[in-house]
Amino acid sequence: MDSKKTMPVLIFAVVLVALQVATSLSGRDYYLTQLTMSLYTCLLISGLCLVMGYAGQLSLGHAGFFAIGGYTSATLTTLNLTSALEGGNGLVVLLAKLGLLVSGTSLFGEELLYVQPWLAFVLAIVITTVVAFLVGIPVLKLKGHYLAMATLGFGIIIYRVVLAVEIFGEADGISDVPGFTLLPGLTINGEMDNRVINYYIAAGVLFLGVLLLQNLIYSRVGRALRAIHGAEDAANAMGINTSRYKLYTFVISAIFAAVAGVMMTHYNGGIAPADAGVMKSVRYVAIVAIGGMASLWGALSMGAVLTFLSLRGMFGSYDDAVFGVILITIMLFAPHGILQLPFWRKFKKSAKDE
Amino acid sequence: MALLEVTQLSKRFGGLHAVNDVSFTVQEGTIKAVIGPNGAGKTTLFNLISGTLAANEGMVEFRGQAIHGLKPFQIARAGMARTFQNIKMFPGMTALENVMVGLHPRSVAGFWAGMLNLPSTWTEEKRIKEQAMDLLALLEIEQFAHVEAASLAFGQQRAVEFARALASEPRLLLLDEPAAGLNIYETAEVARLITKIQGRGITVLLVEHDMSLVMDISDEIVVLSFGERIAEGTPREIQNNKDVIQIYLGE
Ligand SMILES: Nc1ncnc2c1ncn2[C@@H]1O[C@H](COP(=O)(O)OP(=O)(O)O)[C@@H](O)[C@H]1O
Ligand SMILES: [Mg+2]
Repeated sequence: MDSKKTMPVLIFAVVLVALQVATSLSGRDYYLTQLTMSLYTCLLISGLCLVMGYAGQLSLGHAGFFAIGGYTSATLTTLNLTSALEGGNGLVVLLAKLGLLVSGTSLFGEELLYVQPWLAFVLAIVITTVVAFLVGIPVLKLKGHYLAMATLGFGIIIYRVVLAVEIFGEADGISDVPGFTLLPGLTINGEMDNRVINYYIAAGVLFLGVLLLQNLIYSRVGRALRAIHGAEDAANAMGINTSRYKLYTFVISAIFAAVAGVMMTHYNGGIAPADAGVMKSVRYVAIVAIGGMASLWGALSMGAVLTFLSLRGMFGSYDDAVFGVILITIMLFAPHGILQLPFWRKFKKSAKDE
Repeated sequence: MALLEVTQLSKRFGGLHAVNDVSFTVQEGTIKAVIGPNGAGKTTLFNLISGTLAANEGMVEFRGQAIHGLKPFQIARAGMARTFQNIKMFPGMTALENVMVGLHPRSVAGFWAGMLNLPSTWTEEKRIKEQAMDLLALLEIEQFAHVEAASLAFGQQRAVEFARALASEPRLLLLDEPAAGLNIYETAEVARLITKIQGRGITVLLVEHDMSLVMDISDEIVVLSFGERIAEGTPREIQNNKDVIQIYLGE
């Protein structure tokens, strides 16, 4: 491994730890909540960056995949199966025998029996993968704004579905989602005294995800993806199965979005239709664009900063508008991201020369 | 048996017969040229053979297999490589990386191996890099390995494109106007490279607008005019063909 690949990863790990240490030292532990959520958002962003920046595909449907993950997990872990088990429902009995159900009590002392979050997680990923293939196969044949419109259509469908279907809580979404115990002692939930652990769970998941993507980008497949982005027909003439590569990239990024959706939902204890909204998808695209499309680190840093500011309420009631303005401004003035503006380039160059 | 056999190939764009009922064969180990004035249908013919465009009628057989209807990447994997009339370097990639992309069909690491950075990919990457370097050396441009390909001089970009196409170890190499945009020195250089490639046992089918390049290096020539094959033969025969002379003088 050369330093070009390892250095950013090391710096990334240090930054993740430093953020937590800084909040702790400054007595601002309450920042950790928004930081944790920002890290999960960054997981989605990193996957989208692969699709947009490296495979050159624009997706305005990624909030949809986030929602598929989050809603699947939320639904399965809030559905009370107590009476179904007593009623002898075959599937529920089987799940109980296999130890795939978890019991607990609700806030009101009611007895609860729900699907083990790990199983819910696996099912969420399986469903996302299937949907991503089904959406991706026809949609990725399209190019440019047709692709953008088709993925936008997909996003709108998901939004309408979660808004309309009773089991998904309609306009209220799903709340009281239990924690997700990854390993004994490691539970994703929003409890106060679990804040630091949860920050590190999010940081660990993001770090792992970014490591996988970083590896991919520097691999034979990553080279092929850059070739596709640069000159698709030439890449195809080089023997690269361009449609398959674009499809797989799309599916991987959908899975990243779904993992973020599952984890964020357990962390927040719920999910709402707004999380599936098209404005969210636009926001994700804006973040990848401002980070410089083909720059994983640019997208991650922008994703963390902007999501954090947004969650802290810095943009007030103009929240969505801010991201809209960012998108337009970037497209007009810095289509390669702000880190590629002459000012920054000069700065980076002089830093290198010294 | 011929390496490539094109039978009654036709392509229409609306009412325009860009390629009309064209047949010819390419024998293994030879250099064959397709010539004709601008707009004669040469690039379209190449796009039909390499799978970039679908023909309206006709057949293309390569190494005894019908390949019409296959995707370009499948045809590339079957052993046919090509270059483009308007050079298509991969932007943002060095000359070396461009050639490394060309080695794609001869390597295997997929998504999983890449994401997990499996040790098997390290040796493969090393091999890809070495082979790409060798190809750059073969085309005498190894000094530009780490320069962004798109920023090189035209003639050097051509050489990178050749190296990239050769990387898949093709049996047949299609070159679309390899001398387009080059001065006479660069053209002579390209001619030398083409014969060097042939010397390695690779069959070459090239499209050329400019007669002088092909007369020296081709074994056989097909002449297209308005989408139709109007003559076929050795350079000498073509030079003395009345129809051909008329087309080129009339231009
Ligand atoms: N994609 C296309 N759509 C419509 N017409 C085309 C297309 N490609 C080529 N043509 C037309 O087909 C004819 C042959 O073009 P081409 O094969 O590029 O010729 P050459 O390479 O011999 O100069 C020209 O008249 C050209 O305008
Ligand atoms: Mg042409």
